[in-house]
Amino acid sequence: MADFLITTVGLPEWLAWTLTASVAAFLVLNVIAGGALVFIWAERKIAARIQDRLGPTRTGGRFGWLQSLADGIKLLAKEDLMPDGADGMLFRLAPYVSFCASFCAFIALPFAFDFVGQRLNVGVFFVVAVLGLEVFGVILAGYASASKWSLFGAMREAAQVVSYEVPLGMCVVVPVMLAGSMDLVTIAEKQAGWFINWYLFHDPFTFVIFWVYVTCAIASVNRAPFDLAEAESELVAGFHTEYSGLRWSFFFMAEYGSMYLVSALAAILFMGGWNGPIPVATLLGLSEGTGDTANYFVRLAGCANLMGKATLGVLVMMWIRWTLPRLRIDQVMTTCLKYCTPIAAVMFVGAMFWQLLLPGGVIRGLSRPAGEIREGWLEGPGGRATVSGPVSQVSQVQP
Amino acid sequence: MMGTLPGDSLGMTGMVLLAAINWHSLLFYLFATAACACAVAVVLTDNVVRMAFYLVLSLGATAGIFFLAGADFVGAMQLMIYVGGTLVLLVFGVMLTAQSPFVSIRTPSSDKVLGGIVGAALLMVLLLAAFSVDSWRRPAMGLVVAPSATPLGMALLGVRVDDDPTATPAAASIRSGYLLPFEIVSVHLLVVLVGAAYLARAKRRRIPRGIETAGADAATTGGRS
Repeated sequence: MADFLITTVGLPEWLAWTLTASVAAFLVLNVIAGGALVFIWAERKIAARIQDRLGPTRTGGRFGWLQSLADGIKLLAKEDLMPDGADGMLFRLAPYVSFCASFCAFIALPFAFDFVGQRLNVGVFFVVAVLGLEVFGVILAGYASASKWSLFGAMREAAQVVSYEVPLGMCVVVPVMLAGSMDLVTIAEKQAGWFINWYLFHDPFTFVIFWVYVTCAIASVNRAPFDLAEAESELVAGFHTEYSGLRWSFFFMAEYGSMYLVSALAAILFMGGWNGPIPVATLLGLSEGTGDTANYFVRLAGCANLMGKATLGVLVMMWIRWTLPRLRIDQVMTTCLKYCTPIAAVMFVGAMFWQLLLPGGVIRGLSRPAGEIREGWLEGPGGRATVSGPVSQVSQVQP
Repeated sequence: MMGTLPGDSLGMTGMVLLAAINWHSLLFYLFATAACACAVAVVLTDNVVRMAFYLVLSLGATAGIFFLAGADFVGAMQLMIYVGGTLVLLVFGVMLTAQSPFVSIRTPSSDKVLGGIVGAALLMVLLLAAFSVDSWRRPAMGLVVAPSATPLGMALLGVRVDDDPTATPAAASIRSGYLLPFEIVSVHLLVVLVGAAYLARAKRRRIPRGIETAGADAATTGGRS
């Protein structure tokens, strides 16, 4: 986009880069904030339906779809309280730490082939690393509140997140190994074609490890049944007991942002990213050299595709939350260390041997487009810019 | 955005004042100042949790410098290992001070002198090394890699040796040769983790089923459920 602004519109370079950065930041911020609005409403409706209630019905028409906006206005108007004994600076900063971590991870998350804030060589690694930082805000909040409830919640969260990073990392490594790259764009592009090309269906081991990933992802973003940090039946509200108003809502936005992020990551790593189950664009012959406008719409459709998958993931998380009871802390640890980690390790080794012995997935012959793409990638020369650093060029790779 | 490199934007200095700003340098100074200021704050603070927090900020700013230099891998490593490792420090800080909140740790003055000497010595060495370099700005792009750089070093610089189609046969033969040792080391770390958990676990007493007491019951629920 910056190149386009410089060459076509004729803006000076500094203005073009600043504009590009602002637009990307603005879009990502809106994905988080707008997404939180929608998801909070959806969560209330889903929870209500699962519990045989109606949920919000009045605000904004029939389905109460303006409910979260009304809640937002209420939160803005609320008094900003801080306990007397609290550590003022850390108490004030903690929500922003959480939110920033969640926000930063979106920088490297691609929404379609070129729709990425900053394409990183090590995108997966970056996202996982930054996602792990969200817990800082929670721990600081729990400590700075000077409240026993908050402190207990924060310590549980710390134990849980540190433990679950191990199996989560192992799950993430498997698609990285299959794709031979840590670049999220490359990983998603390699799954182009029919849905049997998705790494989810690559071999039995990846199918199993996807569900391990789902478990670990839910635990790492602190959702029920792993929401020990805010177990309201024991700890009032856990780490955010003492928070009110807008600060509290920052924690919520961070939580929903992270949910969306891990869902989008699952979609990219295992479910083909922006490639739909049926390669409509390829079948219509749209994606190769049919002009910029067509390319743009294909990518827009891909973006909608990825967002749809990620939203589906978030909805599944809500469904799980309102279906399963909360685990005890020892059960949480057992799930992680005795089940998730060994299963992930075995599946990792299994997927590795499968890749060595039977490369190319279960059903190889049926998937021409992706097969060609994969070979195209392996051939290399027309492929990706290899040494040139993070600035990726448009249309070097034909999806 | 890596569009503006030192020297690039100097040519475009026009009427607009903002255009004259070298964004790369500006961001570098921003991150560097943040890193140094937070590092000083770590030393000057009494509260152990605040110390850890400042340390996180300092290390995060360092990661920002790495990203600015285009070394994505090192930057992400910095976030994962150092910033993530400080998390554990933070947890210990919270646990140690949980009895009496916001306890302040006063450093004895002898420790201050010792720490000052060690820190000053290290700073001297680093400054000497830094000022002995002729020119920091000379190889702006071009990526003049020293011939001694191993594939691992190249990879740390952001060069995908295993992905380079123009690699010479000599380079191609050793491509991704460090991956296996790297993996072995990381799996080894996992083994250490499991071993530590095994050693630190609550010892379960073997009691015949008939005379199971309430205490033994409580001890066994940990592993069973």
